[in-house]
Amino acid sequence: MKYLHLVVSNLLRKKTRTALTAGSFAVALFLFGILAAVDGAFKQGVDVAGVDRLVVLNRVSIIQPLPLAYRDRLARIPGVTKVTFANWFGGVYQDERNFFPQFAIDRESYREMYPEFVVPDDQWQAFLGDKEGAIVGEALLERFKWKLGDRIPIKGAIFPGSWEFNIRGVYRGRRPQDDTTQFWFRWDYFDERKTFTKGVVGWYVIRIANPDDAVRLVKVIDEQFANSPTETKTDTEKAFAASFVKQMGNIQLLIMSVGSVVFFTLLLVTGNTMAIAVRERTRELAVLKAVGFRDGFVLALVIVETMTVAAVGGGLGLGLAKLFTLRGDPTGGLLPFFYVSPQSIASGFGLALAVGLAAGILPALAASRLRVVDALRRI
Amino acid sequence: MVSIDGRGDGKSLIRARGLGKTYRRGGEEIHVLQGLNLDVDAGDFVAFMGPSGSGKTTLLNLLGGLDVPSAGSVTVAGDEITRMSGAKLTAWRARHVGFVFQMYNLIPVLTAFQNVELPLLLTGLSKAERHRHVETALAVVGLTDRMRHYPRQLSGGQEQRVGIARAIVADPTFLLCDEPTGDLDRKSADEVLDLLDRLVRDHGKTALMVTHDPLAAARARTVLHLEKGVLVESVAAGNAR
Repeated sequence: MKYLHLVVSNLLRKKTRTALTAGSFAVALFLFGILAAVDGAFKQGVDVAGVDRLVVLNRVSIIQPLPLAYRDRLARIPGVTKVTFANWFGGVYQDERNFFPQFAIDRESYREMYPEFVVPDDQWQAFLGDKEGAIVGEALLERFKWKLGDRIPIKGAIFPGSWEFNIRGVYRGRRPQDDTTQFWFRWDYFDERKTFTKGVVGWYVIRIANPDDAVRLVKVIDEQFANSPTETKTDTEKAFAASFVKQMGNIQLLIMSVGSVVFFTLLLVTGNTMAIAVRERTRELAVLKAVGFRDGFVLALVIVETMTVAAVGGGLGLGLAKLFTLRGDPTGGLLPFFYVSPQSIASGFGLALAVGLAAGILPALAASRLRVVDALRRI
Repeated sequence: MVSIDGRGDGKSLIRARGLGKTYRRGGEEIHVLQGLNLDVDAGDFVAFMGPSGSGKTTLLNLLGGLDVPSAGSVTVAGDEITRMSGAKLTAWRARHVGFVFQMYNLIPVLTAFQNVELPLLLTGLSKAERHRHVETALAVVGLTDRMRHYPRQLSGGQEQRVGIARAIVADPTFLLCDEPTGDLDRKSADEVLDLLDRLVRDHGKTALMVTHDPLAAARARTVLHLEKGVLVESVAAGNAR
C-alpha cells in the first residue's frame, strides 16, 4: 500500500492519455458485454435445455406434423416418464414486426414438462376453464403492456382466420436466462378451430427417467416408428436447440472474430501508449533504480499501472454493458432474453486484465532492464 | 584524508585500486579510466575536476555502484562492491549512497515530501517514522514550508535542495554529487554548496562531488584533477581557484 501513491500519481500524470486508454478498454469491454448478451440469447435454448427431455419430430421436416396417436405409444416405451406436445402457430399480432413465438400446447401435460416456467395455480385453473385462454410470458406481457383479462386478436398466417385469446395467466422463468417471450394457448381449441389436418401435433417432448439413457431411447423411439407413413426423428432437447442456433449461422464464430479484432487492436494501442509512457519516464525510472529500487519493482510498477488502467476501463465498460442490458432487449422482443451473465462479466474482466498484462509486459521489461548509467546519460 | 598513490592506511572509508573502465565504440577501445587509485576517509569533502570526457562522472558511477569497472576494485566501509551481484548492489546503494544529480531528477508527479520519502519506502520504517525522517531532512535543507509543493512549483535551487534532502534522508554512508550546481545561478549554487558544506562539517557526512566550477570546488576540502582517465594531482581546496 505504501507504493499506491506512486501508481496513482503516474496514472494521473497525463490525465487525458490515461482517460483515453481506459476509455478504449471501456468501449471494447462494453462491446464484449453486448456481444456476450446477444450470443447468450442465441444459445439460450441450448443453455437452458433440460438434460432429461427429448424432442420427437417428423423425420421429413419440422413443419410436417405427427399423429396424435403417437402420444400413447411414446408413453408406453420403458424409460419414458412423461409426454407432452405442442404446435407452432405463427400468427401476427397487429403488425408483422411484432413477432413472438406462439404455441398451441397440451393443457394436461405441458406445465409439468417445463417446471422452469412458473404459472400461479389460480391463473392456470383460469386457463383450463377458458377454451380461448392464453398464458403469456412476463417479458411479452411487459412488451405489449398487456394485463390479465385482455383479449388478444391474432391473425392466423399458417392457420387462416382471426383468432382471439383471453390472457388468463402469466408465466415467469426460474432463471434469468429463461425465455419469457412465449404465448401459449390450448391445443384442443386450436385443433377444434382449424379447418385442415386435424388430430396431428407439431412435435412431442418426452421426459426420460435417466438422462444417461438418452442415446438408447432416441434409437428405440425412431425404430418404433420406422417404416411407417410418419417416421420420427428424435433428439435431445439440447441438440434440437443447437440445430436452431446453427440455422442462424455460426454466431459464436462471428462474435469471436469481431471480439478478437477489437482486442488485438486494443493490445496494439495500449502497448504503444505504455511504451511511450515508459520512454518518457526513462530518467525517473533510472533515478528510482539509482536510489535502490530493484529491477523487479520497476517491472511490477509498470505492469500494475497498465493493469489498473485495464481494470478501471474494463470494469466501466462491463458495468455500462450491464446497465444497457437492464434496459431490456434493444430489438424490441426478437431476442428471448438480453442478459449479461456473471460468467460473461468475469470472463470480460479477466480478458481486460490479460490484455493489460500483455500490453504492459514489453515496456515493463524494457524499464526493468534499463541501465541507470545509460539512461541518465541518454537524456 | 585523501590520497591517490594507492598507499592508504587501510582505514579509509572508500578505497579504489587499479580502477579502470574501457568502452568499446565500433572497433575502437576507449580507456576512460586507467589504473586509478583513491583513498577517501570518512568525513571528507572531495571535489573532482577535469575537462569533459576526463572520466569524472564515470568514476562517480563506479564508486556509487551504478556501473561496473573493467579492471580493479572498489571497497566501501569494508565491502568490495565490485564483487557484488546486481540485486545485492542495488540493495547496497539504497543503504550506503545518496545521489545528488545535476538536473535534480525529482519525480514531477510527486510532492517534495513524497520525493524525499522515496528511499525510505525501501526500508522497514513505519509511516510515522518515515514522516519524521522526511520532515527532518526537509528541515535540514530549509524547505519545511515547501513540502507539499510539486517540483514545478519550486525554483531550481529549491529543487536541488529537495534532491539533497532525498539523498540524505536514509542517512547514507556517503554522498555522490554530480555537478550539483551545474544548472543553478550563482546565488542558488552558493546556497546548495553551503548546505553540502554544513552536511559535512556539522553532520559528519562524506561527500564526493564532480564539478566544472572552480568556485564550487573551492568549497571542498580536497580537489582532485582527472586528465585522460588518470588522477593527476591532489590539491588543497584553497588552491583550487
